[in-house]
Amino acid sequence: MIDFLYPEYEIVRNPDRCIKCRACERQCSNEVHKFDPELNMMTADESKCVACHRCASICPTRAIKIVKTDHTFRENHNWTNETITELYRQASTGGVLLSSMGNPKPYPVYWDKILINASQVTNPSIDPLREPMETKVFLGRKPEKMEFDKDGNLVIKKYPNLELSVPVMFSAMSYGSISYNAHESLARAASELGIYYNTGEGGLHEDFYKYGKNTIVQVASGRFGVHKDYLDAGAAIEIKMGQGAKPGIGGHLPGTKIAGDISKTRMIPEGTDALSPYPHHDIYSIEDLRQLVYSLKEATAYKKPVIVKIAAVHNVAAIASGIARSGADIIAIDGYRGGTGAAPTRIRDNVGIPVELALASADERLRREGIRNNVSLVVGGSIRSSSDLVKAIALGADAVYIATGALLALGCHLCRSCHLGTCNWGIATQRPDLVKRLNPDVGYKRLVNLIQAWNHEVKEMLGGMGINSIEALRGNRLMLRGVGLNEKELEILGIMHAGE
Amino acid sequence: MLREGEVRIPSGCAISGFFSRSGSRISGGTILKSIATMHDRSNGLGGGFAGYGIYPEYKELYALHVFYDNMTSREETERYLDRRFDIVNLSRIPTVKTSEITDVPLIWRYFVTPLPTKLANEQIDEREYVARCVVSVNTKIDGAYIFSSGKNMGVFKAVGYPEDVARFYRLEDYSGYCWTAHGRYPTNTPGWWGGAHPFALLDYSIVHNGEISSYDANRRFVEMFGYKCTLLTDTEVITYIIDYLNRRQGLPLKDVAKVIAAPFWSEIEKLPEKEKEKLTYLRNVYSSLLVTGPFSILLGFDGGMMALNDRLKLRSMVAAEKGDTLYVASEECAIREICPAPDRLWSPKGGEAVMAVLEGEKSKV
Repeated sequence: MIDFLYPEYEIVRNPDRCIKCRACERQCSNEVHKFDPELNMMTADESKCVACHRCASICPTRAIKIVKTDHTFRENHNWTNETITELYRQASTGGVLLSSMGNPKPYPVYWDKILINASQVTNPSIDPLREPMETKVFLGRKPEKMEFDKDGNLVIKKYPNLELSVPVMFSAMSYGSISYNAHESLARAASELGIYYNTGEGGLHEDFYKYGKNTIVQVASGRFGVHKDYLDAGAAIEIKMGQGAKPGIGGHLPGTKIAGDISKTRMIPEGTDALSPYPHHDIYSIEDLRQLVYSLKEATAYKKPVIVKIAAVHNVAAIASGIARSGADIIAIDGYRGGTGAAPTRIRDNVGIPVELALASADERLRREGIRNNVSLVVGGSIRSSSDLVKAIALGADAVYIATGALLALGCHLCRSCHLGTCNWGIATQRPDLVKRLNPDVGYKRLVNLIQAWNHEVKEMLGGMGINSIEALRGNRLMLRGVGLNEKELEILGIMHAGE
Repeated sequence: MLREGEVRIPSGCAISGFFSRSGSRISGGTILKSIATMHDRSNGLGGGFAGYGIYPEYKELYALHVFYDNMTSREETERYLDRRFDIVNLSRIPTVKTSEITDVPLIWRYFVTPLPTKLANEQIDEREYVARCVVSVNTKIDGAYIFSSGKNMGVFKAVGYPEDVARFYRLEDYSGYCWTAHGRYPTNTPGWWGGAHPFALLDYSIVHNGEISSYDANRRFVEMFGYKCTLLTDTEVITYIIDYLNRRQGLPLKDVAKVIAAPFWSEIEKLPEKEKEKLTYLRNVYSSLLVTGPFSILLGFDGGMMALNDRLKLRSMVAAEKGDTLYVASEECAIREICPAPDRLWSPKGGEAVMAVLEGEKSKV
């Protein structure tokens, strides 16, 4: 049986430019490049290439480029190159196809079909260079009724809330799926920015307890690394019920990534695959969720808000409403384009719904039930830019989670091969020689830059709309118009079409 | 053409109002003179007035002012009211036919008090009962619109220039301790009298100049609590916000002003600890009730009046005092016209509430 798959990407090397310094060879963890002393030239085994651009980026003479191959099967709209290749691969291995990062399929991106308003004539736009422009938000439960003491003074009844200088947080990525240096970059950036990062389900490394004030600690179905000190260390606790990239199933971390400190932090033996159970085995129903929410609150003396994170699935609005009645302070909804360090390809590409629609219907349902102010809504999967952020807030989100965007800021080139553990950029790997390629001093600064840039852009868009506080944009759907959307889509999004 | 409520119509405006703290009753003719000065700030597509203390003989009764499109809507509404209220007096509101005011609906006035048995059944307080009945008529009975529903106060409004509206309703025949007025400059033709301002619920009435940019955030929040924004106007949603915070949550009006036109976080930071804690709390809990974009509003209520600008002061608003009377208007000329030499005249800061109450009244502020 001939089991040949032509590489998807080709390495084009310009021999006139190549000086045979062999940097590409040293840098490529996938061992694509080799020097052939007999021929005195560089060669490449493209079947190992993941198109991560490490070689192209570091080549001192710009001799390398990566191109998509034009090698093709006989063209077929039903049996595409990708479909045929995947089928061959399964026939040869008998395995489940694995992928990383978010759903790359050409489903609609609703963010790109929504447009933002601006003031003209009847009310003034507000210039953020000359007037105060506020982006601070609080996440968490709010009291339903004002209370007064017998002298008529307002009684301040505080629920634990998170205070964010910008309505963006770094979404859950476990220590293990990403490197120590990546975690350090996220933690330090969150501290400097006055926002939060999320530990993901792999526990919290001892060195990072000092960033606890800006840390959300996650409790997932595997309960890796969960103990009293861990819960106490964070500013909030997130129960992970689901993830947009793989709704309905648990986390996957290949044993090759479970080494040293990771095994210690996760409290599992080195080299074992960390496969979280599909459900939490103590939550088979909504009333069970309530018990876990309150167990965590009891364990932390009601001092920390509890977030319940779910994947955006068909019945998301009703689920969100149920969560809001279960004592959760914040609901996080993760759309089907959310990233992952490893997920079965078929699930990543075919399960879940767009976060735009999930957000719109959950926000509307919570308002119809009159409980929207009892809970905050955070959405992720995927927020790619400040305009996605603005649109998410206007649809009804209190804040957004970003992860893929944060990794891009750290150097990720979206080669979608995190599950291999050989990330050339030092992010999704545990190989010490690769991890050290990501310098946290530089990494954290790039994350700070990104969020500050977005914040500037958010302020410009707010000012254009004549709004000077992001609170006045939350759920302000009149500021949005759809373009090229059908009536049903507009109805679900709760927005009018452009021109209306 | 789409009627107000089916389409959101941005408007520019003129507002004016005055309040006698001693409760001296001043003729509606005075407010006419004031608002007429700002003729160019309206475009003839809406004008209206609210007068307080104008029905002393019925001061314990709710005065309902109603527009009807036809006799059928009137009959249906009267049957509805009859089942829920003791109707002590009913009549057409006296008007004068003028060439400037056209397309006149049927305009009726009822002095009512809730039927005690019905009220007891509902297990809600009297004001909530009346408010629910008003909302119910306005949303459920086609062609009927209750545009004024407070005690000892009344709203008078129409499509036209405010001075023509005042003459149409013979405002000089009424006198009260407080008057507010509104001239509207809508971008579209509303064509419907209900869309003119003031907007009122119970004794709260609002005249407003501006176009708020937070509208849909505010609307979707208050609609969680039983309100239904049928007119899609800023004035309507601001009235509901005030009703919700002041009447239903019990927040004093000075704190309501701090929610609607919240101080900037940078200003809150500078305050003493206790005040800082309170304002942070209010901004956090009611972040969806922050009103942004330009507005100047005059809120009339039983025994008081409050003027408020948006926190950046994106709309003009001037205040003055002479003796016990507070004057507020979009432009100084509207005050000078009826009070040529005020003791004090100033331009209130953005977000700074200017308040006047009858001597001895403190309850709501």
